[in-house]
Amino acid sequence: MSGYTEGIIILLCINAIAGMGVSLLTGFAGVFSLGHAAYMALGAYTTAILTVQYSMHWLPAIVAGGIVAMIVAYFIGVPTLRLMGDYFAIASLGLGEAIRLILENWQSVTRGARGYPGIDPYTTLPVAVGAFLILLILMFNFINSRYGRACKACRDDYIAASLLGFNTANIRILALVLSAFYCGVAGALLGGFLSFIQPVMFDMMKSTELTAVVVFGGLGSMSGTLLGTLVITLVTELFRPISQYRMLIYGAVLVIIMVIRPEGILGNRELPSFFRRFLRRDS
Amino acid sequence: MAAIIELTNITKTFGGVRAVDAISFSVERGELAGLIGPNGAGKTTVFNLITGVYDPDQGSIVFDGEDITPLKTYQVIRKGIARTFQNLRLFQRSTVLENVMTAAQNGLPYSFWEGVTHLGRWRGVERKIRDKSMDLLARVGLADRALQEAGTLPYGYQRRLEIARALSLDPKLLLLDEPAAGMNPEEVYALNDLITAIHRDFGLSIIVIEHHMDLVMEICPHIVCMNFGAKIAEGGPEAIQRHPEVLKAYLGDEEETA
Repeated sequence: MSGYTEGIIILLCINAIAGMGVSLLTGFAGVFSLGHAAYMALGAYTTAILTVQYSMHWLPAIVAGGIVAMIVAYFIGVPTLRLMGDYFAIASLGLGEAIRLILENWQSVTRGARGYPGIDPYTTLPVAVGAFLILLILMFNFINSRYGRACKACRDDYIAASLLGFNTANIRILALVLSAFYCGVAGALLGGFLSFIQPVMFDMMKSTELTAVVVFGGLGSMSGTLLGTLVITLVTELFRPISQYRMLIYGAVLVIIMVIRPEGILGNRELPSFFRRFLRRDS
Repeated sequence: MAAIIELTNITKTFGGVRAVDAISFSVERGELAGLIGPNGAGKTTVFNLITGVYDPDQGSIVFDGEDITPLKTYQVIRKGIARTFQNLRLFQRSTVLENVMTAAQNGLPYSFWEGVTHLGRWRGVERKIRDKSMDLLARVGLADRALQEAGTLPYGYQRRLEIARALSLDPKLLLLDEPAAGMNPEEVYALNDLITAIHRDFGLSIIVIEHHMDLVMEICPHIVCMNFGAKIAEGGPEAIQRHPEVLKAYLGDEEETA
């Protein structure tokens, strides 16, 4: 396999991990976030500093990156997710920018806007694919458990959910904390893949892209998110030769989907049930 | 017999409107009580106050010997109160079975790690949740529709599904908010039987809000009548039917009608 193909597969795995995290929060718990790139940044910087500065092994360092993202998410989630409405979306937007600015200005630790070089290239193909597969299985197990049903109940009707005995605030916080872990790990893997990270990589554009992929694949469909990641990552990668014009194609793909399938590629169905329905309609 | 629930002087105002005005009544353990009154009398608000959706401005609510007035909604539910809604609140895009399982799981826990790894108690507990849900669906006559999307059920069946979902919480007290709304006479008749059967078989206390007077008169030996937020009468069906305040609330004043 050529290095280029390998690179694309690694990137797909990383984007898919981050996508699954946002999909859990937005598609399953119904909470919109505009700042999830910040959790990727937290994971990436934590892991980079731990491996470079403190020569920690990359495996515990990646987990630590995810955990730091979880802790920050928890402290953001507790005050904002107890309220309904758009408070969390606004807070996440603020948090995203705040974390990026802290990373840019905390020179002594993060080396500022010029970026953090010299990270070990620990994200090899097996590491990326392995992390993706483990997190994929855990995610599908989660959504097919009592916790997945609880998230969906809070998303569909939070009053009905609380009248069935669910502590809806805690369930949303759980979804946020897990999604932050996924994004933190994705960020940590990205650092090990590029060997170099920079605050500007985790700006609002990246956050919007994460949410766009989830909406594109279909809210409430984990396999839809994976399909969306595949399409968006390949579109941006395959058209790399035409440089900035690829953003045109990226935009066009999003517009086309929104026009012909506003509920996203798979709607709220998972792949097997989508095909079953599709075949039934044909016959 | 001790009271399962006792409301004392409950008042709730929205702006200048006294939606519930110093209401007091109690329901005995195992009783099937009716709450009636004209539109806008504050009946649903009483349910919302009991279940903690609203906090009362004054007064206290004691459930099963415990003051539940300050509790949050989910805490009240976990004490053993379940309810259905006047405007159905089903998870429309989930299946009938999932709707019941979502509620049934609250009495049958397993840990987070068992949930994400599907090891340990996961398989056994999930099966119990499913079996319990299927039993309840069979009880309300929806077993053959278990895998249908809830939103595609006929209206009368959606009401039955809400009852099954509420029952799966193993409540001690069941609050039914206009379970017969929008039903034709045959459906009301069948619902009548269902409510009496549930009351008998599950050993529950039930409070039912209803507009169909014949339904309430037939099944409820204890009736509370409200108008403009206040309790105007309480007693058995005969007493309620003859009560001058009740007649006035439903038929209007003689002077007005004249």
